[in-house]
Amino acid sequence: MNNGFASVARLTLAVFILVVVLAPIMLMFATSLKGDEQQILIDFGTWRAFWVFPGDISLENYRQVLSDVQAPLLRFLFNSAVITVSVVVVGIFVNSAVAFSLSRLEFKGRGLLLAVFVSLIIIPMEALAVPLLLMMNRVGWLDTYQVQIVPFIAHPFSIFLFYQFFTKLPRDLDDAAYVEGASPWQVYWGLALPLSLPVIATVAILQSLEIWNSYLWPLMVTRGVEARPVSLALAQFFGTPPPIWGDVMAFSVLMSLPVLLVYLGFQRWFIQSAVNAAIK
Amino acid sequence: MGPGVLLTLLFIVTPFVLSIFLSFTNQRLVPNLNIPTEFIGFRNYERVLGRPDFWNALGNTGLFVALIVPIQGAIALGVAMLINSKLPMRNLFRGVFFIPTVMTMVVVSVIWAVLFRIDGFFNQFLDLLSFGMLGPVDWLTNETTAMGSLILLSAWQGFPFQMVIYLAGLQAINPELYEAAKVEGSTSWQTFRHVTFPSLRNTHVFIVIATTILGFKLFTQVNLLTQGGPQGATETVVQLIYQNGFQQGKVGFASALSVVFFLTVLLISIAQRYILTNEETK
Repeated sequence: MNNGFASVARLTLAVFILVVVLAPIMLMFATSLKGDEQQILIDFGTWRAFWVFPGDISLENYRQVLSDVQAPLLRFLFNSAVITVSVVVVGIFVNSAVAFSLSRLEFKGRGLLLAVFVSLIIIPMEALAVPLLLMMNRVGWLDTYQVQIVPFIAHPFSIFLFYQFFTKLPRDLDDAAYVEGASPWQVYWGLALPLSLPVIATVAILQSLEIWNSYLWPLMVTRGVEARPVSLALAQFFGTPPPIWGDVMAFSVLMSLPVLLVYLGFQRWFIQSAVNAAIK
Repeated sequence: MGPGVLLTLLFIVTPFVLSIFLSFTNQRLVPNLNIPTEFIGFRNYERVLGRPDFWNALGNTGLFVALIVPIQGAIALGVAMLINSKLPMRNLFRGVFFIPTVMTMVVVSVIWAVLFRIDGFFNQFLDLLSFGMLGPVDWLTNETTAMGSLILLSAWQGFPFQMVIYLAGLQAINPELYEAAKVEGSTSWQTFRHVTFPSLRNTHVFIVIATTILGFKLFTQVNLLTQGGPQGATETVVQLIYQNGFQQGKVGFASALSVVFFLTVLLISIAQRYILTNEETK
């Protein structure tokens, strides 16, 4: 009897948290689907802010934000995708190669180099932004893709995660390969990298969220629309008064949808990557 | 490993060294021919430490961290324990609860701007609870509520990350400890106090340090929703770096701010690690 009561109470609490988590997201979807801006403003003051009746659904806001020539949304999404994919894909090879060398190759100063990488983890990007901006300004990289890609490829935390994984791989595996005449490069490429798929997933998820969501850096290095990422474009669209809420929310949905879909597909990987980042 | 080391040297080590170097100069973003760049000794640091707006920003950022760490941590632990109990459909709940963390802070700020409107959800709620006696409050432009509002939306976005980490910690606790507590007739509060909470020590250390570092970087929400206002009540250190270094082009001064910011984060993390891991030996 008591047990039954407790489980009902737990379920109720869980549903309450579910509502708190989902309500703001519902508001975004519902508002984006309402064609009448006046109605949106009236709804904001009631529970209808979180809901749209099927009969009232309109795709007008989506049509508007997708056809806005001054703020080409598809271009922004494309920019963010190019930047994120480049950083993550190149980053996986570069960072895992550093980690492999640190864990497997014998050379002078290896321990020192490892210590340097570990201590670099703590430097926040925010503390480097201004001098980095000055450097990028000097080489004329402002308003480009590379200014948003190249500085973020080397990622000490990813190197650290790969390093931890490689040190746990049994040495016998590489020894067997070396006996057969493999080069260190072949061991890395043919053996270590394919085995590190779980770390690759963790690193890819953490780094892509970081890049897709970045805001301070694009704010400093992009002026025009050519290389502007979608997060900054939404911020500027939102910051231009008066906000047209239907359009702003349609913009938000289109920015969130790619990430939400990837999340739905790889839910377990996302949650596991958060856990992997924490357990050191 | 060549490319990785080279990229690290160029884009992490160089700007780091450069920020220390520049902090002793009056370097500007756009060179001004009338003011040649020169060494000015510790003058930038004297100005940083002598300006009330720096101490205000540091105080605000510290307040944000001091509040969000326990609030977000408590919510995360509570929700993790709920999921870890015999909750039906726990994988579904866990999957949905995680969603805010994959949402971009820009989108989160936009949505919460609506909830904080003068005719928005929070004011309607306040009106309902107080039978129309209180409110409406302009949450984001009111000096006493602006920071609290930012904390609320940040906790909503951030708690799921800590939740899954706590969940992993909870699942690693030896079930025999719970059996022993049951045999001794512990109440659920006693079990939490003497078994669950202390068993999560390593998780607490990670969560406290990681959330503190994240909290010190507070910028996006502030830049979008309050611009540091009202009357500087939500000004943060990163916002100050952005304003001085980028908007006003004072690279030398902003570099000094960056160095002080980095040292603050470093010292606090070291202190936290020292205090939290030393308690273990007590």
